[in-house]
Amino acid sequence: MIENGLKSLIAIAAALTMFASARADDIKIGEINSYSALPQFTVPYRKGWQLAIDEINAKGGVDGKKLVVISKDDSGKPANAVTAANELVSNEGVALLAGTFFSNIGLAVADFAAQKKVLFVAGEPLTDAITWSKGNRYTFRLRPSNYEQAAMLAEEAAKLPAKRWATIAPNYEYGQSAVSVFKKLLSAKRPDVKWVAEQWPPEGKIDAGAVLEAIDAAKPDAILNVEFGPDLVKLVREGDTRGTFQHRSVVSFLTGEPEYLDPLKSEAPQGWIVTGYPWYDIKTPEHEAFLKAYQDKYHDYPRLGSVVGYSLMKGIAAILAKAGSTDTDKMIAAAEGVSFDTPFGPVTFRAIDHQSTMGAFVGKTALKDGKAVMVDAVYRKGSDYMPSDEEVRKLRPRN
Amino acid sequence: MQLFVVQLLSGLASAASLFLVASGLSLIFGVTRIVNFAHGAFFMLGAYLAFTLTERFSGPLGFWGSMALAAVLVGLLGALFEMLLLRRIYRAPELFQLLATFGATLVVEDVVLLIWGPEELLGPRAPGLAGAVEVIGKRVPSYDVFLILLGPLVLALLWLILHRTRWGVLVRAATQDRDMVAALGVNQKWLFTGVFALGTFLAGLGGALQAPREAADHTMDLRIIIEIFVVVVIGGLGSIEGAFVAAILVSVLNAFGILIVPKISLVLVFLLMAIVLVIRPTGLFGRREGAARMSGAVVINVWKPLDLDGFVIALALVAAAALAPLALGPYGLAVATEIAIFVLFAASLHLLVSVGGLASFGHAAFLGLGSYGAALAMKLAGSPMLPALVAGPLLAAFGAAVIGWFVVRLSGVYAAMLTLAFAQILWSIAFQWTPVTGGDNGLLGIWPPPWAASASHFYWLTLALVVLAVAGLRMIIFSPFGYALRAARDSDLRSEAIGIDRRRVQWRAFVIAGAGAGLAGALFAFLKGSVFPGAMSVSTSIDGLVMVLLGGVETVSGPIVGAVVYKLLSIWLVSHTDYSKLVLGLVIIGLVLLFPKGIAGSILLPRLRRVATAREKAAT
Repeated sequence: MIENGLKSLIAIAAALTMFASARADDIKIGEINSYSALPQFTVPYRKGWQLAIDEINAKGGVDGKKLVVISKDDSGKPANAVTAANELVSNEGVALLAGTFFSNIGLAVADFAAQKKVLFVAGEPLTDAITWSKGNRYTFRLRPSNYEQAAMLAEEAAKLPAKRWATIAPNYEYGQSAVSVFKKLLSAKRPDVKWVAEQWPPEGKIDAGAVLEAIDAAKPDAILNVEFGPDLVKLVREGDTRGTFQHRSVVSFLTGEPEYLDPLKSEAPQGWIVTGYPWYDIKTPEHEAFLKAYQDKYHDYPRLGSVVGYSLMKGIAAILAKAGSTDTDKMIAAAEGVSFDTPFGPVTFRAIDHQSTMGAFVGKTALKDGKAVMVDAVYRKGSDYMPSDEEVRKLRPRN
Repeated sequence: MQLFVVQLLSGLASAASLFLVASGLSLIFGVTRIVNFAHGAFFMLGAYLAFTLTERFSGPLGFWGSMALAAVLVGLLGALFEMLLLRRIYRAPELFQLLATFGATLVVEDVVLLIWGPEELLGPRAPGLAGAVEVIGKRVPSYDVFLILLGPLVLALLWLILHRTRWGVLVRAATQDRDMVAALGVNQKWLFTGVFALGTFLAGLGGALQAPREAADHTMDLRIIIEIFVVVVIGGLGSIEGAFVAAILVSVLNAFGILIVPKISLVLVFLLMAIVLVIRPTGLFGRREGAARMSGAVVINVWKPLDLDGFVIALALVAAAALAPLALGPYGLAVATEIAIFVLFAASLHLLVSVGGLASFGHAAFLGLGSYGAALAMKLAGSPMLPALVAGPLLAAFGAAVIGWFVVRLSGVYAAMLTLAFAQILWSIAFQWTPVTGGDNGLLGIWPPPWAASASHFYWLTLALVVLAVAGLRMIIFSPFGYALRAARDSDLRSEAIGIDRRRVQWRAFVIAGAGAGLAGALFAFLKGSVFPGAMSVSTSIDGLVMVLLGGVETVSGPIVGAVVYKLLSIWLVSHTDYSKLVLGLVIIGLVLLFPKGIAGSILLPRLRRVATAREKAAT
C-alpha cells in the first residue's frame, strides 16, 4: 500500500515535470477522459492505449511518423471536456480528438468536433445518440452501443421461460435508454412478457434494501439490472442476504466486465446473464498476443478499459495510415469503412452511422476458486445486432 | 402489510448510519459554528480504514475491534485537523472555515486514491450478522437489525454525555452562547478540539459501520455530505435529537417514496427540507441562533467607492484585459472568457453573501437557469444569440424572485440550505425533464453566430458585458439601496427602526444577483456550445462560494480576485497534473493560512488603510 502511494507520488512528480515532447513531424492525437473522476476505468484504459502506441511506434509509426498522445483529464464534467478539447485543438494543434467515457461528455465533445470541424473518435460512451439522433459526420464511436448490448441481452432473455419482468436501472439517460430498448426488443420477441415493476435509484445513492423489497413485492420471474459500480456492489450484497435473486433469472448490463465483477469477489452472483469481458477465457490468437503483451508490460491483467484504450489507438492508426494525411476530410473519408485489428478480432467503422462493428461477450457469471468469473461466454459481433440500414438512416440527422 | 413492515425496517436501518454521521456534523456546527464540508471525507476515511483493518484482523474480536479502531483513528485525525488548521482561523469572517474544510476534502479524495487505489473495496461481512432473520415471512439482514438497535443506543449515549457530564454541559452551553462560555473562563480551545474529535469520531464510526453494507470508493464522501447537511438542517442545527428524528424521516420517506413514485428519490429529501424550512425556519428542533456578537478583534472595513486613483487603475486593468487577444491564442482566450464569466458569477454571489449577509449554497441555480434560458430560447423559439442573452438572465431573475421570496424569511445556514434545496430541485427538473432539457445528455449546438464565433470576438463580447455588469453591481453596492442592504445585514433591529424593510431589500438583492448569475450562465452556454444539468450542481455553487471567500468577504473587489485566482488555478491544474484535487486542496489550505481575510482582503486592505492614513496625515 505504501509502495503504491510512493509510486503514485513519483507519478505525480513525473506528471508535473515531464510533458509529452512532440517533434514537428510527429502526429499528435488529443485524448480526453475522466481520469480523476473514474480511475477504476481510466487507469487500465490508459495502460491499454499506451501499449498500442508503443507497439505502433516500435514498428515505425504511421508512414514513418511517430504517434504522440496528449492526454487531458475532464474531471467528469462536460464543460471541462470542452475546455480540454479546445486546448488540444487550438494550442496543441492535434490532428484529431479521441477518448471520453460518460455519454454526456462524449456528446459535448462530438458537438465541439462538429463545430470546429475536427475528427473525434469516441471510445467508451455508450449512448445511442452519439451515432444516431445526435450523430454528426465528424464523430465515430468504438464500443458497441447501448442498443447493441440491449439487443444481445434481449436475445438471451427471450429464451428464458420468465414472463413477469422487473427492471432496476440508474435514473439517467444510460439507464433509461438501456431499459427502454431492452423492453422494446424483448416484448417484440416475446409478446407474452409482462413488465411488472421498475425502480430508478439515483446513481451512486441506491437504497438497496428498499429497492429490492419493492421489486420483490411485484413477484417477478426475472429481473433486468442496469446498475454498475458501487451501486451494484450494494445491490448484490443486499439481494444475497434477502434472497431476492433466488429462483429468479437476472439479466444484467456490463456486469461481466472485470471493472464491475472483480470488486464483488466471492460474493459475485451466480448464473446472471451478462455482457462483459472474460479475459481468462478468450483463446483467439489476437487476444492471446494482446494479453501477453499487456501482462509483460504491466504485470497486471487487462480490464475492458484496457481493450477499449488499445483498440481505440489501433483504429486511429488505421485511419491515419489509410488517409495518408491529417486533413480532417481525408481522415473522415478514410475512417468510413476502415478495418483494423483489435484483441476481439478485426473491426470496421461502418460508413452508414460511424459505429464500429466491435462486439461484446455474452455469458453467465459464476464462481471459480473463490473468484467471480464469466463462463460460457460467446462473442457477439456488434453489427449483427443493429437495426436495418434503412432504420439507421432514419435515426441519423441528415447533414 | 408485509411490504410496509419491510420497507419501514430498511428505512430505519439506513437512518442509523445517517444519524451517526449527521449527529457529528450537528455537534460540530452547534459549538464551533463551522460548516464542516470535510465531514463526508472523514466518513469516507472511516470506511476505508475499516476495510483495511477488517482485512487484517479476522474473527469477531478483530472485526468489531477494527470498527472501533477505525472510528478512533478518524477522531484523532479530526482533532489534528482542528488543532493544526481550524484553530488558526476561528477569528476569520463567518463561513471562511468552509474554505479550509473544502480544501481538506479535495486533498482526502486524492490521498484515498493514492493509498487505496482506484478499485472499489468490499470488506467482509460482520461476523455473526452475515445472514438474515425472518420477520413476518420476509428475510431482513441481521446487520440491519443491529443498525436499527444501534441508532437509539448511540442517541442515548450522546444524551448522557451531553446531559450528565461536565464536559457535556459546557458543550451545550457553548451551543447556546459560546461567547458567554468563554467569558466565564472556559478554555474554548480544548472544548472545540474535543467536540471536533467527537464529531469526526462519529463520522468515522458511521463510515466504518457502512463497510459491511457497501464498497468503499473515492466518491462516497460527496454522496453523503449533502444528505447529512439536509438531515442536520431538517433536525435543527446543533440538535442531536433533531438529527435522529430527521434521519429517520428522510430514510423512511425514501423507502416508501420509491414504492409510489420510483423516479422521485432524486429530489424527495430536498422537497422535504424545503417544506420543513418554509414551515419551521429553524428546523424541527432547532432554536433561533442568538445574535452573533461582534468580537472586538474584527475590524470592520468601511467600504468606499473608487477614488480617482482606483478608478484609473480599474480602467487600466479593463484596457489591459481588452488587449488580451493580442497576446493569447484561441485557447488562452477561451480560458480568459471563462474566467470573465466566473468573475460575474462570483460578483453576483458576493452581493448576496458579503453585502446582503445571506449565505447561499445554491447560487448555481441561477447560473443554470441563465444557461437553460438562453439555450431554450435558441432551441425552442429559434432566437438569435443576443435575445437569448437577455432571455437567460430574465429566467434567472424570475427564478430568483420565487426562490428569494422564501429564502429571505430565514437566516444564516438555514437560508443557505434552503437555496441549496431549491437548486437541487431545479437540478433534478433539468435532469429528468428530458423532452425539454435533454436530461443529462444536455442541450447541444448552442454556438454563437458567425460574427461572434471567433475566440477574440466572443471574448470581447463577454468582457464588455461582464465589465458593465460588475460595474453595475458595484454602483448598486454604493447606492442608497446598497447601504440599506448592508444596514439590514449588520443590524436587523436598527435598520427596521429607521424604516428599512429587511425582507424586501434582501429580496430585491436576490433578484439582482440572480440576473447577474443568469447573464454569466447565458454566456457560459455559448462559450461551451452546450448546457448540462451540472451547471446547477452543488459543486458549481460551492465553486462560487470558494471564489468569494478566497477573494475576501470583507472587500468589494474580493470576488474578482478570487474568481481569477481559483479558476485559473483549477483549469491549469486539471490540464497539467494527474492529481489536480490534491494540489488544489493544498493550495487552498495554504491560502487560507496565509490570507485569513481572503487574498484581496489580506493584501489590499492593509495597503489601502496605510494610504488612507498617510493622506489624512498629509491633510492635517
